Amino acid sequence: MAQRAQPISGSAGAVAGSFVIAAVLAAFVGIALRAEPGAGLGPAEWQAVRFTVVQAALSALISVLLAVPLARALARRQMPGRRMLITLLGAPFILPVIVAVLGLLAIFGRNGWVNLALDALGLPTVSIYGLHGVVLAHVFFNLPLATRLLLQGWQSIPAERFRLAAQLDLPPWMVFRSLEMPMLLRILPGAAALIFVICLTSFAVALTLGGGPRATTIELAIYQAFRFDFDLAKAAWLSVVQLVLAGGAAGIALWMIPQIPLTGGLDRPVRRWDAKGGGQRVLDVLAILLGSAFLLLPLVSVALSGLAGLEAVPASVWRSAGVSLWVAGLSVCVLLILALPLAGWIATRARGSVEAIGLLGLSASPLMIGTGWFILINPIADPVSLSLPVTAVVNALMALPFALRILVPVLRETLDSQGRLCLTLGMQGWAAWVWVLLPRARPQIGFAAGLTGALSVGDLGVIALFADPDRTTLPLQMYRLMGAYQTEAAAGAALILLSMALAIFWLCDKGGRYSAHA
Amino acid sequence: MRRTLIAAGIALATQAGADTPVLTVYAGDYFTSEWGPGPIIETEFEKLCECDLQWSTGDLLPRLLLEGERTKADVVIGLTSDVTARARATELFTVHGQDNSALTLPIDWTDDTFLPFNYGHTAFIYNETTMDAPPASFDALLEMPDDVKIVIQDPRTSISGLALVLWVQAVYGERSADVWAKLAPKILTVTKDWSASYGLFTDGEADMVLSYTTSPAYHMFAEEDFTKKAAIFPEGHYFMVETVGKIAATDQPELADKFMAYVMSRDFQAMIPTANWSLPSALPQSDWPEGWSELPLPEKVLFYSETEAAALQAEAIETWRNALSQ
Repeated sequence: MAQRAQPISGSAGAVAGSFVIAAVLAAFVGIALRAEPGAGLGPAEWQAVRFTVVQAALSALISVLLAVPLARALARRQMPGRRMLITLLGAPFILPVIVAVLGLLAIFGRNGWVNLALDALGLPTVSIYGLHGVVLAHVFFNLPLATRLLLQGWQSIPAERFRLAAQLDLPPWMVFRSLEMPMLLRILPGAAALIFVICLTSFAVALTLGGGPRATTIELAIYQAFRFDFDLAKAAWLSVVQLVLAGGAAGIALWMIPQIPLTGGLDRPVRRWDAKGGGQRVLDVLAILLGSAFLLLPLVSVALSGLAGLEAVPASVWRSAGVSLWVAGLSVCVLLILALPLAGWIATRARGSVEAIGLLGLSASPLMIGTGWFILINPIADPVSLSLPVTAVVNALMALPFALRILVPVLRETLDSQGRLCLTLGMQGWAAWVWVLLPRARPQIGFAAGLTGALSVGDLGVIALFADPDRTTLPLQMYRLMGAYQTEAAAGAALILLSMALAIFWLCDKGGRYSAHA
Repeated sequence: MRRTLIAAGIALATQAGADTPVLTVYAGDYFTSEWGPGPIIETEFEKLCECDLQWSTGDLLPRLLLEGERTKADVVIGLTSDVTARARATELFTVHGQDNSALTLPIDWTDDTFLPFNYGHTAFIYNETTMDAPPASFDALLEMPDDVKIVIQDPRTSISGLALVLWVQAVYGERSADVWAKLAPKILTVTKDWSASYGLFTDGEADMVLSYTTSPAYHMFAEEDFTKKAAIFPEGHYFMVETVGKIAATDQPELADKFMAYVMSRDFQAMIPTANWSLPSALPQSDWPEGWSELPLPEKVLFYSETEAAALQAEAIETWRNALSQ
């Protein structure tokens, strides 16, 4: 297919893309400068690589498969509090890992609610520790993401098509096959690849719930290489393996999937005549109930223990909450500066291959980026004084692929439907952005900003490596509380962290939708 | 008018800042939080030295290795005995200048570069209200039923986890692999660091946790909770120490020396137990804070010097990994 003229050029996007590549490459160069030739990768490291791939593949597969019934039910049922439920169901994804693990253990742990219930019924109890525990935790984190991506897919099917299907009196399975299946085929591989990459870089979850050293992930091996062996060469090799795996997954997902063009509808509210049957209703209610229980019960337990510990929370926690807020704000700014031009560039191209750049930041180990930049900054300036901006940039890089997934479809659709009109009117570049693209993409921009802010607030990130004692982020302060026997106060801090992440997400998401509903 | 006053104030403050010498001390992350010993040390030392003690926290050894000769540190506090060999090899440190014979450690300390300021031992902690028959020896621990769940730390990411594999090595030597095979079914999970393990234990997820002989002291003195106990084994417990070192290229050598002397002072040593929940390195047991000398401590102490530990470490970790990967 020949490239046709577009109202926006790709040059700003190319600059943003180059920045992302340069940021990751610079870190590699920094480490390469200091690395001494080491022993390379031994059997322990290769075992870590194998385990990482297996758990990430399982987690991605199960997350997207479970997301199908849940997103479908949410897409075709109207009920009071539906919006609220969708926002809340997104919470596990933005939950700091350590908080989530506490919540999961309260439900699935040895003394968790599930085992108490099994015990009361006289059934054998289950253990969460092992590969299945790691996968369970990853599904808990990523089911919300998969559900949100699929929900967007469902919303992209024009209402007219369901109307037509109803007029043709198609049975529910035919509606699924002819309308929903093509959309799923288009969205599922990308969603699965994204989740695969997220799970590749998993760290704390795998170790705590994995039950032992057989559950070592690549990211953990990188951490060990940096911290314990100080073997920069090994750390760099492991980072390369991680990048290649993630890049491979991204490549498969982004190159092989054909673009199925969807013609826009008339923005009529979707009515689903096919979902009226009793069986369909039971299916949907079941999916929503089970999904909500799985995703929300751990949050409830975090909130309960947090409320008890809120009193014990010292003033310093609130100060660090302020610091985290600042980092999150900076992260959102960096993200928007990078993601908007990059998404615009990708949207003008026929295929999404450039989107792979976005995955670079996520698949590169944050520890490696932090250390690499430390080595580069050290001769020029004091890296510690730059720890907060560096954290903000790394957080933005990690959120970039999510932002692109969210922004690219709407920009592409807008360019397809309005691009010719823009050209006819001579609206190009800046004018096209301000008058056409940004207003149309406002809900998605809000969503992406909220996601980035929330992820950034909850991320411990590179700051743990070199923190200034006076500028502590909330997750770091929470770790300190846990390290000082202050488990109650740490639970309180976890609740504050959870509330902050949710509030940031909700505000940005709401802000983005404000005009859409006005 | 107001603006000039503020400007004058800022000018004065910077003036004062320029005159007061600054001692930069690198410390572990936990150290300077309000629950660590950092704030007390800062206040007390600044009274003595008429200087400004500034903390800089983070991962000590990786940071020193990355910074090399450009390091801003004058003094580094909190280096554990497992990383002193690596720290020594950087040649950034000079002699500590204090008298080792004033130390009251249960082992003989001859190092003239790294000066211990506290110590403890590895131990398994249990809750006596939920555990009827705690193990009376390491052998007894191995013979416990497999439904007794223990949580430990990864020796590749945590100092206490490393101390455990060296502890097993010191007690059982060649038989370590069998010992780990016997322990494996009892190990609920392995965590990255001590705090995650301890959280699992206090949440009731695990019956025993690998921690320190001084952990019960925190519960006793800070929470008046007398149910947490350390299982004391006649086979001996592994010794753990934290040290302080002086950077050779410091621009404040006298202040750094003053700090080293302060570490050995009675004031500092008497503060360590309740501020750091560990045992003081240079204070006779009779002078410990009230109640501390009743804390059950092991009679036999096991310890590998840094060269021995370096030689054993890789193989001991590999034995652990193999046994627990089955």
